[in-house]
Parts: sequence; structure tokens; C-alpha cells
Amino acid sequence: MEIAVISGKGGTGKSSISAAFATLQKEVVLADCDVDAANLYLLFNPVCEEEQIVISGQKAVINQDKCIACGECIDYCRFDAIIKKDDKVSIVETFCDGCLLCSRICPQDAIDIIDEDKSRIYAGSFKNGKMVYGRLAPGEENTGKIVSKVREKAKQIAKEFGIKTIIIDGPPGIGCSAISAIIGVDSVVVVTEPTLSGLHDLKRTLEITTSSNLQTSVIINKCDINPEMSSKIEAYCNQKHIEVIGKLPFEPLVVEAMVKCQSITDFAPDAEISKLIGNIYSKIRATT
Amino acid sequence: MRNLIVKIAIASGKGGTGKTFISTNLFNVLQKQEMNLALVDCDAEEPNAKLFLTEGKLKNTYEVNQKVPVVDESKCTYCGKCAEYCNYNAIFFLKEAKVINVLEDLCHGCGACSVACSYSAISEKNNLLGYVNTFEFSPKSALIEARIKVGVYSSVNVIKAAIKKASDFNLVLFDAPPGTGCPFIQTVVQADYVVLVTEPTPYGLSDLKQSIETLKGMNKSYGVIINKAGLGDEKIYDYLNKENIPLLMSVPFDKNIAVSYSKGELLTDLNSEWEEKFSQLYNTIREEYGNSSN
Amino acid sequence: MKIAITSERNSLESKMDTRFGRCAFFAIYDTETQTTDFIPNPAKDSSEGAGPKAVEFIASKGVSKVVASEFGGKAKSLLDKLQIEMLHEKDKSIAEVIQQF
Repeated sequence: MEIAVISGKGGTGKSSISAAFATLQKEVVLADCDVDAANLYLLFNPVCEEEQIVISGQKAVINQDKCIACGECIDYCRFDAIIKKDDKVSIVETFCDGCLLCSRICPQDAIDIIDEDKSRIYAGSFKNGKMVYGRLAPGEENTGKIVSKVREKAKQIAKEFGIKTIIIDGPPGIGCSAISAIIGVDSVVVVTEPTLSGLHDLKRTLEITTSSNLQTSVIINKCDINPEMSSKIEAYCNQKHIEVIGKLPFEPLVVEAMVKCQSITDFAPDAEISKLIGNIYSKIRATT
Repeated sequence: MRNLIVKIAIASGKGGTGKTFISTNLFNVLQKQEMNLALVDCDAEEPNAKLFLTEGKLKNTYEVNQKVPVVDESKCTYCGKCAEYCNYNAIFFLKEAKVINVLEDLCHGCGACSVACSYSAISEKNNLLGYVNTFEFSPKSALIEARIKVGVYSSVNVIKAAIKKASDFNLVLFDAPPGTGCPFIQTVVQADYVVLVTEPTPYGLSDLKQSIETLKGMNKSYGVIINKAGLGDEKIYDYLNKENIPLLMSVPFDKNIAVSYSKGELLTDLNSEWEEKFSQLYNTIREEYGNSSN
Repeated sequence: MKIAITSERNSLESKMDTRFGRCAFFAIYDTETQTTDFIPNPAKDSSEGAGPKAVEFIASKGVSKVVASEFGGKAKSLLDKLQIEMLHEKDKSIAEVIQQF
């Protein structure tokens, strides 16, 4: 069973909640798919057992020995990635999308294609099972690809070790990385907060999960910061027939636990907040 | 002039650190000083700046499209060259069965297939990616919002279009998307200076390091704002000291600030002390930029 | 009739690969000659669109059925369109899958 924890808006407490879920389970594969900001390894300090290279895409590079600076490629490139300066043509790496069209049309055959191979995914063990996480190399951009690779590896490990539950800590937003993190999972948990931006982002996130027909529930975190907004979010979810599976108050212990590098449920198992999270997790498992 | 700052990106590795809080308040203060400026909300997946900057009037909406190929099967000879040219597997092709399908979700709009086709069998149509909305505050200031259509994979084209719209302003602020992936890079690459907003927690520090590593690779100058100061631990200050990274401003963790934010209120409207602090922030950024580019 | 099966390696003892688009090999079993060919999946390392690319590959080999643990959305709709039957199996070896035909 794959459970994905996501949030449209960042900073709603998604990672703290997925960390708690992961430690409530005796044996789990934890897939940290927030690769732009992979944080769970800080918490769990997994022993790395495997490193895998991810080819995240391709890029074009001009071979200056062959290039005659005719500039034909500039006209073809739709990503504005090729520039000519002082009679020298070069490719702005950041803008190159790797379509290879320039290399195909170059009359001098002066454009080489190189693989982007600096991004990595890692697999290892932590106290509650196995963990998979990714590292996007600076400048390499295909986050969706790495997210898929992390999930693929997590499934493979789950199969190999006979582990039944995979918890995915998803990325913020609603773009390719978020979509890649939730496609095909058994249950999606959206963590939101009672702010105007929280509600705005939640609406967009739920559009994605409903259009993909995913079993979805919502947690309102820090619900006491603005009870009125919290009720608004509940009303919105009811109207959309999406279950608000739990509401959590703002709790400074959560930050304290983070500083101590523990999940909240390990750090303060008897605290009210930990019990609430425990209940939510049982409900999710029961309905999936 | 060398140290004239034009474009400032406000970014954060970790989401929810208060990047929009900083950028909307900074915009609000400078806008009131009648500066000629634009704020571009580049967080196109979840654009939120307008929720705080309610006074702006929608002036125009501009659609951002991507070209996708359309195959005219009456002209197609099923040679397969277009499928071979496509580096995204977006053209599904079976030679013997004479099947050709464009998989629009996978298409990046590079145009390689059109170039490949020698039989003029490929034309192009527009697929909507999102919108750029311009909200005017005064004849001299505007909020320009990039907003992708829900379900679109990549926000990059919409972000680029929004940034282009802002090119006539004297000062441009970018509210950058979170993370260090493509949307972040496409935004900060256009900035002269990057303000990284973080919080003093282990997550905040780890993400800050990742952002800085990326910015170093891009040769950008940058400074840091610590939000929710007092929460978490002190390690982030040690890091800034050790790496000699300027701390531009510090905003304490305060439940009142959090509550007013949750309602969509601007701190700089509520509190003149903060109005002054944000005004000072702009001067600090200018000085830091001047120092770094000398 | 030809049947494609996702495979981790290139022998009859190999386990089925859990992935469809990015499986290591396709085992192509011919029910008439009762022979099996193992062919590396050319879509394995695609950045994007591995599913459709893999469908393209097995369709070009003339298979009418495909056995895998799961299929992605894009692959599914293409296989439907081409009327290639999708069969779900898990954790079996290639030899075990072939026995059913």
C-alpha cells in the first residue's frame, strides 16, 4: 500500500506528519519525494546502502572546433537557449531543454549531446525500515524524473523485503513533481493550514487528486491559528465530498522534536498531538 | 551604472518559510513610496501574492500557450522521421500498422517533428498552459501573476512569459517558486540578486544549503532573511557567520504575525515599525548588491 | 500468437519485472513454435514516456497479449487502442507465466 502525504502550499507540516506516520509503523519503506528539499534523512539519518545514478535528461553543447558560427541553430531553438556573442555561438545550459533539434540541423555537425548524470537516488535503512531519497544535482532540473525513480526504487525494496507499506513524502506545488509523487498511489493525504493561501492552494491540489480519481483526505494543521478559516476549509471539503480526516493544533513540541531530530510521535509519544496523529493514521489505514 | 539593481528574486528552498510574506510586504512599502516597480508572482503552481495585495485592479490577462503538433494523415507517408526526431517519446508510431499518435502530455513544443517532416504533414496548434494576469496599483506599479492551468506539468513557460511582461519597470521583484528545480532556476537566473528566506530549524538550514549550492553554481549574489526567529535552534546563525553570508533581516516568530498572515493582511499596513523595517530592507539589499558587484 | 512478458533478466528462470515501461527485458513467447526470445527493452532508460515507447516496441513485434504487474495510464490507453490484451501477474518466473498458455 502506498500512502502519499502532500501539500499544495509549502511549510504546512507535511514532512513532520509523514515522519510521524513512518514511525508509527513497525516496518515501512519511506520514500522522500520532496527531492528539492529532501529533509527526512536529517531526521532519520539512514545508513546508505545503495547509490543509483539518474540520467535526468540531455543537454546540447557546442563543439567550438567545428562551429563556424553560422547561427542557424539559433533560429530553430524554441527555448531561446542559443546565443551569439562576439561571433561565438554558445548554449545557455539553464535554458536548454534537451530536444536535440539543434544537433540534428547543424550543417557542420558541431553540436554534441551529453547526458545529465549528476543526480542520484539513495536507499538505506533507518530504525523503522527502509528509506529511499533523491538528490537533485544543482542545475539539473528534471525533478519529476527523480521522483518517479525514488518511487520505483521504494516499490522494488518493498517487494524484496516483503514490506507492505510505503509512505511517500511528496513535494509542494501541483506541477510535474507533485503529480509524479501521487499518480497511482492508494491514498493521498493533503496537509493544509488555515490561511488564505492554504485554502487557495488546497483547492488547486484537490483538483489534481480528484481528476486523477485518487482516494483523498485532508488534514488541517495548526487549525487554531485561525479557527474561522479552518471552518471555511472544512466546509469547502464537505462540499467537495472530501473527508477532513483530522485537525491538529499548533504545537511548539513539533519544532522541538525536529530540532532533536526525532519524529513527534517518538519524541513525545504521550503528548496530545501524537495521539491525534496516531488516530489519523489508523483512520487512513482503515479506509485504504 | 554598475550597481543599479533591477531584479530581486525572493526565494526559499523549503516551502512555507514566508517568501510571499516578505515579497508582498516589500512590494507594498515600495509601492507606497511611489516607486516604479513590479512584483512578479513566479510561483505559478500556487500563486498567492494577490491574496495579500488586494488593492490591485486586474488590467489584463494574457494566455500562455505551447505549440503541439497535429498530423495530417492524408499527407503522412508513415516514414517515422518525426518520431525519431522527438526526444520526448511524444509521437507514438507503428510503421507496419500505420499508426501515428501525438501524445500531447509528453510534448515539449520544441518543433523538431515539424522540421523532420518532408511531406508538410505536420502543422501546429496551441495548447493552453496558463495565464499571466497583470494587476495595476498605480500607473507606476503592478503585480504580474503567473498561474498555470491545473494539470499542466511544467510551469516554466508561464513563468518566463510573466517575467518578460515586467521588463519595462525600473525595479522588479520576483516571488520565486520553492525548491531548487526548474521553476526556481528559471526564475533566479533572471535576477541580479537573490534573497533567500529561511527559518531556524534543521529543515530550514538543510534547504538553505541546497539553495546556496545551486546559486553558487549560477554565480548569483545572495543574502538571507530569517523568518520565525526564536523558533528552533541557533545553528543557522553559525552557518551564516562561517560562510560570511549577509543576514538582511530577521523576523521573530510571533503568533500575531501568523494570525494576520492567515487572514491575508499585510504586516506593513498594520504596523508602522514594520513599514520602516521593510523600507530599510530594500536599502540593505541595494548596499549588499553594490558590495558584491564591486 | 505472441505474448510479451516483463522480465528482470534474460532467462526462463528470471522473475517478472514489476515495471512495464522500464522493465529490463521483454520475454516474447510464441505459442505456435513454443519458443521464447528475450529482448532488452529499448524504452528502459527513456527520460519521459517510457510506457508509450515500450508499447510501441512490443506492438512492432506483433504481440497480441502482454503480461505485467501494472500498467501506467498512457500505456494502458495505447494498448487498449491497439487491442493488445493486458494480463496482470505478480512475482512469477517467466517459465511459470508461460505455462498458462
